[in-house]
Amino acid sequence: MSMQMAPLHARPVLLPLQLQDVGYSINGQALVSHITLSFEAGAPTLVLGPNGAGKSLLLRLCHGLIQPTQGQVIWQGTAAQNPQSLRFDQAMVFQKPVLLRRSVLANIEFPLKLRGLDATARRSKAMAVLERVGLAALAERPARVLSGGEQQRLALARAWALEPQILFLDEPSAALDPGATRQVEGIIASIAATGTKIVMTTHDLGQARRLAGDVIFLHRGGVTERTPASEFFNMPRSDAARAFLQGDLLW
Amino acid sequence: MNTISEAFLLSLQMMVQFDPELMRIVGLSLRVSLTAVLIGSAIGLPFGALLALTRFPGRHGCIVVLNACMGLPPVVVGLVVYLILSRSGPLGALGWLFTPIGMVMAQVVLITPIVAALSHQTVADLWSEYEEQLRSLGLTPLKAIATLLWDGRFSLSTAVFAGFGRAIAEVGAIMIVGGNIAGVTRTMTTAISLETSRGDLALAMALGIVLLTITIGINAAASAFGNAARRRQGA
Repeated sequence: MSMQMAPLHARPVLLPLQLQDVGYSINGQALVSHITLSFEAGAPTLVLGPNGAGKSLLLRLCHGLIQPTQGQVIWQGTAAQNPQSLRFDQAMVFQKPVLLRRSVLANIEFPLKLRGLDATARRSKAMAVLERVGLAALAERPARVLSGGEQQRLALARAWALEPQILFLDEPSAALDPGATRQVEGIIASIAATGTKIVMTTHDLGQARRLAGDVIFLHRGGVTERTPASEFFNMPRSDAARAFLQGDLLW
Repeated sequence: MNTISEAFLLSLQMMVQFDPELMRIVGLSLRVSLTAVLIGSAIGLPFGALLALTRFPGRHGCIVVLNACMGLPPVVVGLVVYLILSRSGPLGALGWLFTPIGMVMAQVVLITPIVAALSHQTVADLWSEYEEQLRSLGLTPLKAIATLLWDGRFSLSTAVFAGFGRAIAEVGAIMIVGGNIAGVTRTMTTAISLETSRGDLALAMALGIVLLTITIGINAAASAFGNAARRRQGA
């Protein structure tokens, strides 16, 4: 069954994404618990919190890479009836980009082929997105020899080419220098501007300020607050978040 | 000492002169073993990947048996294939006994578990690196098999070479199934075995040197090629 890549606004929608009392535990130890959240189309949502708070896990639970041990992850849009849409209309970019041992171009064409695009369509879509992230000149290069920043831009380009309705980003610039970080942020902002909902984690508070529409703060496996970004950075509601912003929250 | 130097001279002479008998023996050895590697890999690689990516009851037992089968004694495999191909056996009607086809069959049985067991490990390692990303892109484990085999091609070539090494070097299975018939099923290893038992040690040794040269040459060429490709890919 092939899928047309219709413009975002013309496709049946997958969002909102609703988490109802979601928890995940291993061997009786709860890593996250009692998480009730909803994600709707709009400005990027930033997930902040100290190391080990469960940020990456939360993203994986939302994306469906991990099944919750308690509660439910529910896609409420009409497209959720279609398993194809559930698989193909969301994407994720990981902290350490996982690139196939192929050319830059082939890395982007790979998931497009899975979505039923023919060779010509794959090629033109892949080249267009490489152009947008500034990697068109490297299209024939093996992906694994790119620099860290280029690899992460490629991973973002691959996700972008899929035109997901929601894109999860797990610390996409954690290992990058300031210049590469700025490029990555520019790409994220462009993806958000095309209508894709961004949900991302970061440890870079400056970055969070620049990108966030709203902020979810996680602490010890639970959500302590969800606040519009402008408000969060000036006057966080929870004690944990206040301590975190002042650098006093150690774990 | 005398035998060894004599053998060196003789082997050089045979190789330089392209001795037709030698060429036929070498040609058959390569044909049989390469065909067996091709078939063994076509079965072993996907099977190893399947074991790495799927979870089913009895999978662990499967892996244990597979690993054990890497050490199958060639003579026993030869005997079993002989029984299957002999006139009263289940495949007797095909008339494959004492033909190169029968020899290929026996070597496929020897090689497939080696290729499968080694590729299982390689693909399992690669899958642990790729799993989240491939699932995120929408692949199911079954669909990921082809992707992982392609992306693991450099490491997997080791499994294929190990299979080839086993095939080109073994004598027990093809001796029994092929019968070492001059001009029909005589290979380098069966010829060495025959010349040794006939007492023509120099000829046996010369064949041995040719066999070693070919094996080392093929492996060296393949690994040089593979390493160059691997470096290009940064893999």
